[in-house]
Amino acid sequence: MAAFASALRVLPSPPAAVPRRLRSDALEPYISKRTVELHWGKHQQDYVDSLNKQLATSMFYGYTLEELIKEAYNNGNPLPEYNNAAQVWNHHFFWESMQPEGGGSPGQGVLQQIEKDFGSFTNFREEFIRSALSLLGSGWVWLVLKRKERKFSVVHTQNAISPLALGDINTSIPSINLCDDIPCPLLLQPLINLDLWEHAYYLDYKDDRRMYVTNFIDHLVSWDTVTLRMMRAEAFVNLGEPNIPVA
Amino acid sequence: MALRTLASRKTLAAAARPLAAAAVARGVTTVALPDLPYDYGALEPAISGEIMRLHHQKHHATYVANYNKALEQLDAAVAKGDAPAVVHLQSAIKFNGGGHVNHSIFWNNLKPISEGGGEPPHAKLGWAIDEDFGSFEALVKKMSAEGAALQGSGWVWLALDKEAKKLSVETTANQDPLVTKGANLVPLLGIDVWEHAYYLQYKNVRPDYLSNIWKVMNWKYAGEVYENATA
Repeated sequence: MAAFASALRVLPSPPAAVPRRLRSDALEPYISKRTVELHWGKHQQDYVDSLNKQLATSMFYGYTLEELIKEAYNNGNPLPEYNNAAQVWNHHFFWESMQPEGGGSPGQGVLQQIEKDFGSFTNFREEFIRSALSLLGSGWVWLVLKRKERKFSVVHTQNAISPLALGDINTSIPSINLCDDIPCPLLLQPLINLDLWEHAYYLDYKDDRRMYVTNFIDHLVSWDTVTLRMMRAEAFVNLGEPNIPVA
Repeated sequence: MALRTLASRKTLAAAARPLAAAAVARGVTTVALPDLPYDYGALEPAISGEIMRLHHQKHHATYVANYNKALEQLDAAVAKGDAPAVVHLQSAIKFNGGGHVNHSIFWNNLKPISEGGGEPPHAKLGWAIDEDFGSFEALVKKMSAEGAALQGSGWVWLALDKEAKKLSVETTANQDPLVTKGANLVPLLGIDVWEHAYYLQYKNVRPDYLSNIWKVMNWKYAGEVYENATA
């Protein structure tokens, strides 16, 4: 059976998050093989192909995917490359947010943070489902780490919008404005995302978005991946100001 | 006229009427799910019966239920003078009310081939299309292209600006009804490009859906709306 190989061969700077080699039936019965084949093999591939086509003549050639997303978002007036670039990234991140026999309880560090910020894991679960169901139209629901507050938050975004490009998602202030000229760390670090476009669940769940979201959080989400993403984010936060010893 | 066809077949709507009447007594006029003017399978092979059934019985019915719920909440909030609650309800009203408005138009925009679906527009609308788009084919091409390019969920419309007396192609996001683009705009034709409108049959190939839907387009209805609005 064909595996989830990288679909990004042609990109100038392949993103770090290349899907694990995963069989297309690995997420059964919660996400069918047919859905994965179409979602990964057609929808995501279309975004990759369209982006590569654009990059052939684009000023963004050679950017990393993350840089490209932030720049092409253009303070909320997205340039033509934005939609394809963000959807390529979002989908990669999505596949890596899941594992066969996922769900269950997060590891210790992540669980503590969830309990601190949501009161309990049950509250978090309910908040994630509520946010997913209150998105009107196509988009994504995310668990993010707000770096400045060191706080978890659940947010949803419309269509291709990615937290990578947003400063504070509530005010939609682009991060670039908050950091002036200094190199700006990501203000919202995504930890989980779930695709809420109808193509992600329609063959398996029809109009029952609630069942799809519930199955994701109970049976598919990869808390191992979240732990790794947390560790990377914390390493970055802890780095802080360089402490140069005085000679 | 199409509304008469609808009225003669709206058994479901009639069944829901006592509920609406009860609501009127309290000051809120709720809406009811209209019956389709044809059978679910009547648009095959352009649109499958399963899609039509889910689209009508699940999606449209949910917009109706949630719109009515929002209206009742709005009524209560207005009665209490609860301004934040009134404002908060606007997005639910726009989304679910828009969903009801848009789908009610959409069902009338379609017609089985055996009953004249797909026959190009004649008379005044036909002339207006030639004048504003060059040809009927050019209009079809433009609407299909704009529908295919729409990012996310939404609608593509053939609109009449009733003051300028000019036709245009418009798109709206999510369930925004055409009126959000301008009070002068009258929807003659709306094509649903949400994935739920075609995914079971066409999967990721939205352009194929957009090329086949013209085979069941009810141009007679669009022509009637046009003539009423320009009369």
